[in-house]
Amino acid sequence: MPRVVFTPNLERHVAAPSVDVPGRTVREVLEAVFASNTRLRGYVLDDQGFLRQHVVVFLNGEIVEDRRHLSDAVGESDELFVMQALSGG
Amino acid sequence: MNDRILVATRKGLFTWERRDRWKITRTAFLADPVTMVLPDARDEALYAALNLGHYGVKLHRSDDGGEAWEEITPPAYPQADDDDTSLRLIWSLEAGGGDQPGRLWAGTLPGGLFRSDDRGSTWHLQRTLWERPERWKWFGGGYDVPGIHSICVDPRDSGVVTLGVSCGGVWTTRDDGESWECTGKGMFAAYMPPERRDDPAIQDPHRLVQCTSQPDSLWVQHHNGVFKSNDRGATWHVLENVEPSVFGFAVGVHPHDPSTAWFVPAVKDECRIPVDAQLVVARTQDGGESFEVLRQGLPQEHAYDLVYRHGLDVDRSGERLVMGSTTGSLWISEDRGDSWSCLSTHLPPIYCVRFA
Repeated sequence: MPRVVFTPNLERHVAAPSVDVPGRTVREVLEAVFASNTRLRGYVLDDQGFLRQHVVVFLNGEIVEDRRHLSDAVGESDELFVMQALSGG
Repeated sequence: MNDRILVATRKGLFTWERRDRWKITRTAFLADPVTMVLPDARDEALYAALNLGHYGVKLHRSDDGGEAWEEITPPAYPQADDDDTSLRLIWSLEAGGGDQPGRLWAGTLPGGLFRSDDRGSTWHLQRTLWERPERWKWFGGGYDVPGIHSICVDPRDSGVVTLGVSCGGVWTTRDDGESWECTGKGMFAAYMPPERRDDPAIQDPHRLVQCTSQPDSLWVQHHNGVFKSNDRGATWHVLENVEPSVFGFAVGVHPHDPSTAWFVPAVKDECRIPVDAQLVVARTQDGGESFEVLRQGLPQEHAYDLVYRHGLDVDRSGERLVMGSTTGSLWISEDRGDSWSCLSTHLPPIYCVRFA
């Protein structure tokens, strides 16, 4: 299953442990995380369900392209890394 | 008098209390921007709105005076196809009337008014206002998008609510949000093209306040000057004799005397600093016929403090005032503004001060 790792910076506000969850796109993977961690959703996605302006997601080290629909394909052994974009600092 | 003050800042929420002297007795959300705070006198709950740099707008509630906070769900905009419709800021929070337990109002950027009837646990966009065609005329003032910064619930009738919008004028409902009317007749924006100068839906009331004991009286510090209404906001007249400037952001009104109001003048438009770098408060005690300039205890040289919309508050007695600035200075007056005492000059930039 894909692995999702969150920046430790998030822990100041909300629990965000690394997890292995199923999913074939960035959206599916993240929603699988949020299904059991509902508070975390609002820290990563905005009220439209899009990636927050100052949050970035890496897929195997590359920034995901589709920030709105999160449609980038994810493989079984892929790793997602969710962190704060420096633009928001 | 109120002996507790909540100070919402760029880097946290600070509670000041009057013991042997005024002192900070509690800090919360240290290092996080707290854009608005609401002490609800009906059940003594506290609400704090945050705008985290990376992680968006958050809302917290405390039922023990600010010792412990619970994160609650902030307002959310409905799905939209454009890039602007998304919650950017909670700019105002107010409690409903005493006959509306649990009712809260939230004014936000980009211009949505939200209502809660369960102490902030769930929120509903007021589509009756959001879908008004005049809203498309609104534009940003202070921020890139329009926002609702003032919400006045009529103490006589909780179904009468008046809003201040930058830049979208003054709006009133008389049926608890079923319908809304733009009520800015008499306001004008001299800086706009002549054809739009008197359009009520493009006015920029920087701050709107209502007298508690005589709610027909409302005061506005407008981008263009100071306006007063004596008829529940239906019509407004300009007051041009405010010294040293008619420009500013904050206004406070005496809760029991609608003729007494306070303003914090500044240089207009691009040069937003106190006139002559001297911080003063302008006060009228005769309904705007005349204004006094109050400066005792305030810095009178090289002062660059700006007092934002929510940076001035009047306590329930009308005798005590508190004022906080963008420079992180905090002052209190125990005599209607005649004299001021500095509580701090090194707080983070202050967004909002409220007596509790």
